[in-house]
Amino acid sequence: MATPEKGGYYLAPPSHWPIVGSVALFCIMFGAAHWLHDVEYGPYLFFAGIGILIFMMFGWFGQVISDNQRGLLDNKQMDHSFRWGMCWFIFSEVMFFGAFFGALFYIRIFSVPWLGGEGPGAITHLLLWPNFESTWPLLNTPDPSKFTGPKSVLDTWGLPALNTLILLTSGATITVAHWAVLKERRIQALVAQGATALLGILFLVMQVHEYTIAYMEKGLTLGSGVFGTTFFMLTGFHGLHVTLGTIMLIVIFVRIYKGHFNKQRHFAFEAVSWYWHFVDVVWLVLFVFVYWF
Amino acid sequence: MSEQNTAAIGTEEDHHHHGPDNGKGLMGYVKRWVFTTNHKDIGTLYLWTSCIMFFIAGTMALLIRTELFQPGERLLDPDFFNQMTTLHGLIMVFGVVMPAFVGLANWQIPLMIGAPDMALPRLNNWSFWILPFAFILLISTLFLPGPAPNFGWTFYAPLSTSYGPPSTDYMIFAIHLLGISSILGAINVIATILNMRAPGMGLMQMPVFIWSWLITAFLLLSIMPVLAGAVTMMLTDRHFGTSFFEAAGGGDPVLFQHVFWFFGHPEVYVLILPAFGVMSEVIPTFSRKPLFGYSFMVWAIISIALLSFIVWAHHMFTVGMPVAAQLFFMYTTMLIAVPTGIKVFNWVSTMYKGALTFETPMLFAVAFVFLFTIGGFSGLMLAITPADYQYQDTYFVVAHFHYVLVPGSIFALITGVYYWLPKWTGRMYSEALGKWHFWLSAISLNITFFPMHFLGLAGMPRRIPDYALQFTDFNVIATLGAFVFGFSQLIFLVNIIWTIRKGKPATGQVWEGAHGLEWQLPSPAPYHSWEKPPNILPHHPRENEPSY
Ligand SMILES: [Cu+2]
Repeated sequence: MATPEKGGYYLAPPSHWPIVGSVALFCIMFGAAHWLHDVEYGPYLFFAGIGILIFMMFGWFGQVISDNQRGLLDNKQMDHSFRWGMCWFIFSEVMFFGAFFGALFYIRIFSVPWLGGEGPGAITHLLLWPNFESTWPLLNTPDPSKFTGPKSVLDTWGLPALNTLILLTSGATITVAHWAVLKERRIQALVAQGATALLGILFLVMQVHEYTIAYMEKGLTLGSGVFGTTFFMLTGFHGLHVTLGTIMLIVIFVRIYKGHFNKQRHFAFEAVSWYWHFVDVVWLVLFVFVYWF
Repeated sequence: MSEQNTAAIGTEEDHHHHGPDNGKGLMGYVKRWVFTTNHKDIGTLYLWTSCIMFFIAGTMALLIRTELFQPGERLLDPDFFNQMTTLHGLIMVFGVVMPAFVGLANWQIPLMIGAPDMALPRLNNWSFWILPFAFILLISTLFLPGPAPNFGWTFYAPLSTSYGPPSTDYMIFAIHLLGISSILGAINVIATILNMRAPGMGLMQMPVFIWSWLITAFLLLSIMPVLAGAVTMMLTDRHFGTSFFEAAGGGDPVLFQHVFWFFGHPEVYVLILPAFGVMSEVIPTFSRKPLFGYSFMVWAIISIALLSFIVWAHHMFTVGMPVAAQLFFMYTTMLIAVPTGIKVFNWVSTMYKGALTFETPMLFAVAFVFLFTIGGFSGLMLAITPADYQYQDTYFVVAHFHYVLVPGSIFALITGVYYWLPKWTGRMYSEALGKWHFWLSAISLNITFFPMHFLGLAGMPRRIPDYALQFTDFNVIATLGAFVFGFSQLIFLVNIIWTIRKGKPATGQVWEGAHGLEWQLPSPAPYHSWEKPPNILPHHPRENEPSY
């Protein structure tokens, strides 16, 4: 059974890509830890790890693409495996954001009001920081000598609203691209996919701009108390996902250009579009609970 | 199939056929084990890794027990004692029980559902090969400047943030790697079970072991990202000025406990649900009766898993939560006793009037049912909020979770290994050594952990290297038991190695009373399990079906 039967479940032969990936992750983690402790080679190791990881991704995904081009993956069951895999991966990402949203809600509903003396926090308030007043956004932290609060926060209906519009539009353009792939209209697919990627980049540019304003003008930083903490960690991890998503969009753009997809065979496209919609939905929740209310 | 049948009995020659030809020498070896995409190879790697980690973490446990043999600072520096308790816990959870169950999953899921391999073989390799690197990072903390993590396996803030030693960052990154490994592994398990079953095997025809892993994988995918979130918050609090767990900035150290235990409670089911699965395979085999109440067993697993998401704060009754919250978490926790009770009841009912025999796996299984139940009962005691005010952070808690983890998870792993080892190696283990292993383990673990209940009720705090004089006797007993338990595990190791080298050939059926697809394959199971899915599904017999 060295050569798989045509149409049977494809059992991948031994592969060196996973161990390359593990070495990459190790370099990243070990490098980052050393970097944090000011060891000279820390950053080098870290970036070497990133480089190896990118190399691994090209190699591994390239392998899967070539398996697919050779028709080894033309199997319903195989297709389902990939689909389930991607679904559950996105589910785990949802849970990751869930942890940070959970922290945000806990801080807004419990920890800040309790520090201000509400409910079971009365004694804590009196003993620790009797002058602290609970507000949200938190402009005055309980102990301003340790955490200086921001002067103000971002205006919901300025940049953030515009960014919402950008992401929602990109959700529409990727759907157009999907139709085009299904109908095998390559030019339309390229235009729509290109537009999606450009919107992703535009979003990121705006986000950088917003961060600059926050840091330079408003004194809103990671270290400016728990508002800055939750704001930057949530939008930051979201931004990181948009960055990855945009890179994936560009890869798919190139693959449409190369004519990799047809009516039946375009799972990579769908996986990326699922991912992009996930990033979109996270942003909507973010917009409501971080910027708006 | 005919090829497979000729290889039914494990001979020396078979070893050459048992695996791909990767060439000779070191490179051949590397290619075989490092590049492998075979579920059996990967399962073996998981199991041996976990075995090594078991002896490392066990040694730490014995150091802890040695220090506690007599009151006073005897052997270990208190700070080192704290490092030992921390690493013992972390390694046992993430390095022993989790990888070992993933190893069982890797070996058994394809065999038991009639699949040729796991759904995503390359990803499967990656899930495993992240682990050794994670353990290097974790254990490196012992050799870095400053102390290793010394705040307990729960790494509560601010002990792990403001007051954590520098090595904490290495632990954080190790946990990130462990999380990635678990998530990828869980994705594979879930995709395999949902997608690779032999035609005709519906969800409610799956063996309970498969069900238990389906639910466990779901739990892993739900909680490992939350753990990643928790350690990320720690990292940014430590280095980037965030104030998640800093009241001065508006955060709350208690928030850490909420996030951690949202992961931590379902995590204990990750450690025990596959154990339930193993029991539900082994007990019917040696009772020569179908599992009592199959669908109840399945629904019990599902309800335990769902309930596990709304009980986490029972670990935090004394941190100052509103009373309403304490009551909520008390009642939800007690509710879990219902499905768990169903499971115990059904195992006992399976044995009732069965034609019982007590081979080694069955001995461990019966001990599991008894001793795990003791751990379950002490868990119920701990769930009672007002009582917990007394028990919190005492040896009673230590006794409780060691009763569910040692004769629970660890015994289930041992059971699974004895039960399936003949299928994996094609050889029978030594029943005599198995019995010695069982009796020494079962007796010594009770000598070790039972006295801890009394110590805890009398008020001995956990995680402290010294104690008041009146606790001495029970501590002496516990330490003696621990050493016997620890060294008894060497018998297990010897037995496994002996089986691989010299064991008598095993038949395909192995156990007279065993049902299920894995027993239709020859022993050792061929390198690719089910190249063609089995045509006729063996009837996985159910209690309420007259055909059996
Ligand atoms: Cu719990």
